[in-house]
Amino acid sequence: MPKITYIEPNGPSRTVEAEVGSTVMEAALRNNIPGIEAECGGACACATCHVYVDEAWRERVGEPSPMEEDMLDFGFDVRENSRLSCQIKVTDELDGLVVSTPAKQA
Amino acid sequence: MSDIIKTDALIVGAGPVGIFAVFELGLVDVKAHLVDILDKVGGQCAELYPEKPIYDIPGIPLVTAQGLVDGLMAQIKPFGAQFHLNEMVESLEKIGEPLFRVKTNGGKTFEAKIIIIAAGGGSFQPKRPPIPGIEHYEAKSVHYAVRKMDDFRGKKLLIAGGGDSALDWTLNLASIAGHVTLLHRRAEFRAAPDSVNKMMALVNDKKIDLVLGQASSVEGKDGQIEKVIVKKNDGTAAEIACDAVLPFFGLTMKLGPIANWGLRMNEELIPVDTEAFETDVPGIFAIGDINTYAGKLKLILSGFHEAALMSRKAAHYVYPDKKIVFQYTTSSTSLQKKLGVN
Repeated sequence: MPKITYIEPNGPSRTVEAEVGSTVMEAALRNNIPGIEAECGGACACATCHVYVDEAWRERVGEPSPMEEDMLDFGFDVRENSRLSCQIKVTDELDGLVVSTPAKQA
Repeated sequence: MSDIIKTDALIVGAGPVGIFAVFELGLVDVKAHLVDILDKVGGQCAELYPEKPIYDIPGIPLVTAQGLVDGLMAQIKPFGAQFHLNEMVESLEKIGEPLFRVKTNGGKTFEAKIIIIAAGGGSFQPKRPPIPGIEHYEAKSVHYAVRKMDDFRGKKLLIAGGGDSALDWTLNLASIAGHVTLLHRRAEFRAAPDSVNKMMALVNDKKIDLVLGQASSVEGKDGQIEKVIVKKNDGTAAEIACDAVLPFFGLTMKLGPIANWGLRMNEELIPVDTEAFETDVPGIFAIGDINTYAGKLKLILSGFHEAALMSRKAAHYVYPDKKIVFQYTTSSTSLQKKLGVN
């Protein structure tokens, strides 16, 4: 299974296995990764699963959809590499993906 | 003092589970009023994801969240429940056995024999923008809603956000305020295209300023904001002088005043028994996402089940001397009369 690394704002990180076809948000929740709230449960209807995609992975992960961009307006400290983790589908190509969580969710 | 509204049941929250509670209570002749902080019924379904599909409503392979809410509203029509929208229940006080006095932030007072808390994740409240220290200005110069436009006459305003609320208030306040700056994270706006065009026209006519970026800090004293420091998208920082800030960053769910109603709580949830989904205060029930018990699943269908069982015990409080006969809507003529189909 692809591995995903989540880095917390103050440094500690954890690497977990994520099922292909699930989302980066779901993998975080299943593994109790702190800092990802996912208030709406993955409907792209809040901005509480916001992550920063590591620069090395941005191209492979891709850009947010217009709907996701709309939701990112509600995020905290939104940057160029901001994504909602519920909208990133896990694929074999993303094995090794590194994301960071923001200092707080909205 | 306003008139007291007397009712059998007061339902706190008009999401799918609160609405369906009207149906189950109606079958046992318990009349209900509902209070919800949103300006529409449907709770999260209507506010967060109206167009999203739901696949796990028994017998309905696929329905949108708004479609489910519409169906529920049609289903409860025979029972004539009254809705009090745009209001939040602020206080709840036990005044009888059981009888409760409930007050809303809109100044309404209810007296209800039973209370059903169907408040989901709590009440929807405006999201506070992620600016350190902004809470110190909230009472005085940071506002999440416009109650009276005249309050802003002649003032320098910073309006933040890119949705309909931000754009509507920008357009409405542009001619009243001394000056309006609209701050948004990017050049695209969620708001209705017509509003965006009108706003851009004001920008082109130099009637208002549009700044693309995000607020990073605020300065002021004694609750009075003086300026907002903005990190612009081109990487530079800017200072925007203002007398008031109006942030419109959508809504978030907060437990709200429920925590002060004297109920036993478990973190932000209300523990209930699984016989009637009653709290530790007899006559107060909690159904749907707000409750917790062994094996709880936060599913709409679980909330429906909870509403059905709750209504049996609720009826005992409202009609202590009446024996409640279990009946099916399929075959009972008396239930069908209540539903208006016979």
